[in-house]
Order: sequence, then structure tokens, then C-alpha cells
Amino acid sequence: MDESLKSRIRETIDSQKVVLFMKGSRVFPQCGFSAKVVAILKDLSVEFRDVNILQDADLREGLKEYSNWPTFPQLYVDGKLVGGCDIVSELHQAGELKDLVAKA
Amino acid sequence: MMEPEVVTALLRKAFPDGEIQVEDMTGTRDHFDARIVSEAFVGKSRLEQHQLVYAALGDAMKGPIHALALKTYTPEAWAKLKG
Repeated sequence: MDESLKSRIRETIDSQKVVLFMKGSRVFPQCGFSAKVVAILKDLSVEFRDVNILQDADLREGLKEYSNWPTFPQLYVDGKLVGGCDIVSELHQAGELKDLVAKA
Repeated sequence: MMEPEVVTALLRKAFPDGEIQVEDMTGTRDHFDARIVSEAFVGKSRLEQHQLVYAALGDAMKGPIHALALKTYTPEAWAKLKG
């Protein structure tokens, strides 16, 4: 992967504690799985940055390779991939997501 | 698009010991629901478990499969869940 793309990915992931790469935006999600993760984060009143990967093909393809994860949404906390919709939902149901996003 | 049987076969190859169930969620052969129970997941995080599955599906995730709802379990976790 291109070094400049790699550093752009790194910067975006590190730009905030919680970053969600999704299809569409938090206001207008364009995929049910993305919408579900947004709803969960809102439910927990989490501050997060949403990045619409549909508007950035380089970022979209780069992230898949960077994180060895072929689908979106992708949720990152503290610069680390937490997972997609299934994992985020499971963590939420288990009550673990709240602690993960709350830790400073 | 991909037949559910093909998805199952790919998973069977990667997880020979596994209990594998694949369902076509929409009848359009591109949105699947998969449950895999395998020893291969022992000692791995949820994230790592799903990465193993994605690796097994390889190129299928790059187009033929649009969405995959995934549930992975170790045999122990699955036994507990079933009670």
C-alpha cells in the first residue's frame, strides 16, 4: 500500500477516540449495518467521528487491506479496530462496549 | 452472487471440524447469515475469529458477497449458549 495512503488512514483512525467508517453519514446512513452501529453509539451517547467511505474510494480500499477486514462499517476505538456490525452488536448486548468507549 | 452451498464449501475447507450453517437472508444469494462453531476459534478474540472467516472466503468478500452476518463460536462457547 501507498505510504501516503497508509499515513492518511492512520491519521484518520487516530483523529478521535471513537471513529466509525461507514456507508453514508450518521445523519443519513446508506446501509442497514452502518445504521445499526450508529444507533448503538447514539444509544450509549458516545461522541464519535463518522467517515463516509462511499465518498473516498482510496480510503475504502485502503482500509480493507490495512485492517484485514473486507466490509463496512468498521469501528475503531483508541486507534484499534473493534469490529463490524456483528461484533459491535455482541459487545453492546454483553454490556462490554460501554466500558470500551468510556475508558480514557 | 454466490450459492449458499458454495459459501458453505469454502468455510468447510477452512474449518474442517466446524459446524457450519449458512443461510441466504434475502433470497438474492448475496446477503448471508453464517454461524460457525470450530476449535480454530479457541483462544482468539472475536475480531480474530471473524478475520479467519473473512480470510477463508477471500475474493468472495470482494464482490459476490455483499453482506455477511457472522456468528463464530468455540465448541465450548456454543455448548454453553445452547445450555
